[in-house]
Amino acid sequence: MTSLQTPPLSAEPAAPGSHALRLVRILLPIVVLAAGIALWELVVRLNNIPPYVLPAPVAVFRTLIADWPVLSQSLATTLVTTFEGFVAAAIGGVALALLFNQSKWLEYSLFPYAVILQVTPVIAVAPLLLIYLPQQTAVVVCAWIVGFFPVLSNTTLGLNSVDRNLAGLFQLYGASRMQTLRYLKLPSALPFMLGGLRIAGGLSLIGAVVAEIAAGSAGAGSGLAYRIAESGYRLNIPRMFAALLLLSAAGIVIYGLLALTSHLVLRRWHESALGKEN
Amino acid sequence: MAEPAASSESYSGMAGLAVSLRGVTKVYDNGVNALGPLDLDVRKGELVSLLGPSGCGKSTALRLIAGLNAPTSGSVRVSRGVGQSRAGHSIGFVFQEPTLMPWTSVRENVRLPLKLSHAPTAEANARVGDALIQAGLAEFAEAYPRELSGGMKMRVSLARALVTDPDILLMDEPFAALDEITRFRLNNDLLSLWRNLRKTVIFVTHSVFESVYLSQRVVVMTPRPGRLSAEIRIDAPERGEEFRTSAEYAAYCREVSHALAPLQSGQPGS
Repeated sequence: MTSLQTPPLSAEPAAPGSHALRLVRILLPIVVLAAGIALWELVVRLNNIPPYVLPAPVAVFRTLIADWPVLSQSLATTLVTTFEGFVAAAIGGVALALLFNQSKWLEYSLFPYAVILQVTPVIAVAPLLLIYLPQQTAVVVCAWIVGFFPVLSNTTLGLNSVDRNLAGLFQLYGASRMQTLRYLKLPSALPFMLGGLRIAGGLSLIGAVVAEIAAGSAGAGSGLAYRIAESGYRLNIPRMFAALLLLSAAGIVIYGLLALTSHLVLRRWHESALGKEN
Repeated sequence: MAEPAASSESYSGMAGLAVSLRGVTKVYDNGVNALGPLDLDVRKGELVSLLGPSGCGKSTALRLIAGLNAPTSGSVRVSRGVGQSRAGHSIGFVFQEPTLMPWTSVRENVRLPLKLSHAPTAEANARVGDALIQAGLAEFAEAYPRELSGGMKMRVSLARALVTDPDILLMDEPFAALDEITRFRLNNDLLSLWRNLRKTVIFVTHSVFESVYLSQRVVVMTPRPGRLSAEIRIDAPERGEEFRTSAEYAAYCREVSHALAPLQSGQPGS
């Protein structure tokens, strides 16, 4: 028994080339970004393009700093909306998936409507919501509408892809529905659920922006998207770019946080979180 | 089949039998006639191999005995042990794959059957500890399944099946995916477990050598729908390397192969 090969208890990626490769993978996009910005600055300066047509990167950064009080306020508003929409989407998506998994009748009755909500362009729904709901609620609902479907469909997929033999084992030992759900289905679905949440994070931001733009044209709101629309009317192009930059950064941070969460939760057991060496 | 009622029952008065199948057939929903009619008796404490080509319904028979599927017709009787505690379960099942929960440790995997039957914590801890030691897994209790080799995973699966102290152990080609060296070792471990614990073991395999080496009786099954084709009793009290290399072992293997050969026509190399 002792002569069975000892399994690797610690996962140490030891290949010498992998470190250099990782460095390259981080450095290359940064080099491309720097080159792109430099080229942009050069083109604007050489051709004397006025800032209301195309602002140079330096001008955009200067606006970002100068307008920071206004922009940071708007960023906070948009982030809060996105977060509320995301939480609602996560809870709603997982709860619906669990309900559908427990009752086929419910799934057959409601799933088509979940699809309809998903395929109807949210930009077209937003103005209607703004009529019937208070503005802040309407914006959150928009973020929820676009965010919940990937959570729902991924979680459903996860709940249905339980190992057949493990399910048989639970049946053999007379597991109750709750036990099967808690000890088998939910852990099996977890990687799928986290994948759905990762998509929902980005989509919630999109939903929030869409609703803000719709609300903005209705004459209210102070989120980043509203700033973009407002700056557009005033031909304040550098500020449009600055707000856009903040939106991008927010999206990247949201994705990064969710990817990190997923990695931390799955790193001990799921293939997706393991290095290639193991 | 004309029989109206398929029954899956438990009788305590089966006179020394652990499992008794009578006229059991299984037709799957997609119309595949997988099994039978099959008659099979397994005595208490016996180690029986079901041997047959792929797709002959061996695994189906095992799932019927375990109660994981219901027979289309015929009766499946399984004796239940008397006076079993809450943590006890009369059947243990080992699948072809280790079928472990990847998201939790070896210890929690082995604990699963006890958790599902709401066994008292203290008793469960003791049983899990014993099962881990018995399977030689004590030092890997906190490891995750992916950190183990194929043979070790199979040991975890075996420990999990034994943790409820079942009367009957059903094994569905458990070592088929392992390398020969590991398989030999696990075969020996299984034999010594069987000798010590005196469980009834029904072992499904498609290896002639494994079936002869392990069992007291080899049941050869026909291709689909699986039926009983031949029964060969292996009367060798001592099992070990000596038996594996003996002329007696070779003779049994030849006999079992001959029983299998007429069934192979039209199925090359299965």
